[in-house]
Amino acid sequence: MTGVPAPVRRTGRAAPRKGPRRGEAHGWLLLLPALLAYVGFVVWPLIVGVQYSFYDWNGVGLATWVGFENYATVFTDPELLGAIGNALTLLVFFTVIPVGAGLVLATLIRSLRSGGFARASQTILFLPQVIPLAAAGIAWSWMYAQTGAVNEILEAVGLGWLARPWLADYGTALPAVGLIGSWVLTGLCTVLLLTGIGKIDPSLYEAARIDGAGWWREFFTITLPGLRQEIAVLVTLSMIAALSSFDIIYTSTQGGPGRETLVPAISIYRIGFTQSDVGLASAFGIVLMILVVALVLPIQRLARAGDR
Amino acid sequence: MAHRDGRQPSRRRGARRAPAAIAAAVTAGLVLAACAPGTDGGGGSSDTPDASDVSTELTKKKVKLTIADETGFPLTDKLTEEYTRQHPNVTFTVNRDTFQNLTANAPRLLASNNPPDLIRLPTMGETVKDGLLANLDPYHKAYGWDSWPESQLEPLRMDKDGVRGSGGLYQLGLGYSVTGIYMNTKLAEELGIDGPPETLGELEEDLATAKAKGVLPIVAGDKDGVVNFVVQAAMNQYADKEEFLTWMYNKPGASYDTPGNRKGAELVRKWADAGYFPKDINSLDYFAFVSRFNDGKGLFTFNGNWEAANYQKGLGDDVTFFLVPPAKKGEGHVAMGAANSFSVAAKSKNKDEIVHFLNWVHTDAKARQIVLDVTGASAGGDPSLPQPKAKAGSLAESALEMSTQIANEGGQVDFMANTTAGIYSGSIIPESQLLVTSKISGKEFVQRVQKFYEKEVGKR
Repeated sequence: MTGVPAPVRRTGRAAPRKGPRRGEAHGWLLLLPALLAYVGFVVWPLIVGVQYSFYDWNGVGLATWVGFENYATVFTDPELLGAIGNALTLLVFFTVIPVGAGLVLATLIRSLRSGGFARASQTILFLPQVIPLAAAGIAWSWMYAQTGAVNEILEAVGLGWLARPWLADYGTALPAVGLIGSWVLTGLCTVLLLTGIGKIDPSLYEAARIDGAGWWREFFTITLPGLRQEIAVLVTLSMIAALSSFDIIYTSTQGGPGRETLVPAISIYRIGFTQSDVGLASAFGIVLMILVVALVLPIQRLARAGDR
Repeated sequence: MAHRDGRQPSRRRGARRAPAAIAAAVTAGLVLAACAPGTDGGGGSSDTPDASDVSTELTKKKVKLTIADETGFPLTDKLTEEYTRQHPNVTFTVNRDTFQNLTANAPRLLASNNPPDLIRLPTMGETVKDGLLANLDPYHKAYGWDSWPESQLEPLRMDKDGVRGSGGLYQLGLGYSVTGIYMNTKLAEELGIDGPPETLGELEEDLATAKAKGVLPIVAGDKDGVVNFVVQAAMNQYADKEEFLTWMYNKPGASYDTPGNRKGAELVRKWADAGYFPKDINSLDYFAFVSRFNDGKGLFTFNGNWEAANYQKGLGDDVTFFLVPPAKKGEGHVAMGAANSFSVAAKSKNKDEIVHFLNWVHTDAKARQIVLDVTGASAGGDPSLPQPKAKAGSLAESALEMSTQIANEGGQVDFMANTTAGIYSGSIIPESQLLVTSKISGKEFVQRVQKFYEKEVGKR
């Protein structure tokens, strides 16, 4: 099942069909280092992860076979299900908002033409992307604090009654954490979509304008379809970021207050490394992986549907 | 297979292959699942040496010992420096990692072929069952540690079934902590409070006085669970101490859901309802609430002797430290306290040397002074040994007196966070966040924690 496409030279005279052709052997040889790394660091861990998920194991001592018990726990424990629910909520903040905002911003920046202002706004929007997520989580937890910048600004504009410890409030903790993700990802979305817009044939816009199309019409008939590939990539990346989010939450709320912001990655870390229940942690990890694949694959299909 | 034929974009196939590849990996995992991972530690109890196999005489050879400790605690640096000064043939390497990383990696570190000789280990968990820790009983006999208070060593013992409180000695403390209440005396004076409360009732009166006059009664934080110093302090005054300990030691059938614990948790809920805690309590971590109290932003705070030096520096003479008062006047005090616990790796090649170091920390006058100076904690050991010197009237002096008083009254209990490896982050922290913001009752709190406990302990 390796399914590695080997480079084939389509010369008129085909090599004899006995044994591996020279080109193929070379191909494999060149592929070897990457293949070893891939098998060693991705495929093998995945395989042993599946193996562990059927055991009750503390990571050191002797493991006992428990069949599907760990999976049953994942699907029945309200705490773990709640974590999955929170991750799905985060999709709004990690995917919908950044991609939506990115589209609007990219279109706006494009209409600015290539002035210094457009370049400056691109850079500023992209900046959060270079900050490590863990640092973003810490910085935002200060800004969200009772005495932090967010509340100070609210008070300064006369909205002091809104002030609250955002990450400690049961109603606002998850959206507040989610917005950190939006803040980080919007820049990436904008920049990628801008380059996508750059690739769209300008004559299409001209034609539309001659036909009397307005901004909205242009956006929906030219920009949006032209960006389908970029949007698919961004939705895929940001969905994975949402479902496997760890660093922002670990550094800002650690899952609290209560379990309001608990997400699968935090649960897996705790179950596996604090409670030393490697089996359950592996099972939850496998379930999370299947969830990610199940959500991401249709997006890939969708993006290609209108390709031909 | 799959040669590029130019007609079909190859990525289409690639995408179709993805689920198939995962399915293949899953199948491979299923096949592998037939063989169990891990190794049988064998309990590590059958080959325990007796006192005649160990030596209390320090070797003359050159020895290099390694210690794995948490970041931010310079005690091991200072102690090893002094030890090497006294015994130049013994040198140390201290490796540090954050508390969370160290505790998460400890079992794997200990199981490796080259483990540290000594490791900071807050909860033993299944390390004893897996045969990863050295049993110190032979040294207990050889060095005569029976003159040390057994109540101090009891939490450091574990039997073969993973129940603490009895069985072999697997840990010792580099310092032994005691907890209590710090009071800002300047604020107290302004409020007309003339001294530490002597009962829980008096404490509640003081809290109400502070609240009425706009002073924050209790500075506490619960982002990382530290409000549980308050929760457990309240429980300690109502609970049957021995019963509470059987739960913390994981004795079969032990329960957290006792009338005393419920009463304590309900009291905390009452305090939460009354607004005695900071409004943003769930966003305050340990360092945030410590610095708030240090800035004079509240009357009381529940904390341990390890913060004495810091509070003294921040508040000067305007602060006092005392044991949590009992429910009724004249009842004995009960306070959380624990060893800053370290374990010797079963695979250590220098057991005699590292235990010599541990014994030295408990007995050498200079070492005991270092423990006090660096951590504010008592060095433990034989109570008849002279205590190190603390500055007269200082918080450190109060802390030492409190340690002695608790030792004499036999009132020390472990921290409930140490009950199991996962209970603190998995249950006590999230549930206490709900308790101190009046989302759940005291009864619900103890029931939920007990449920998690049964799940975790039942697994082994």
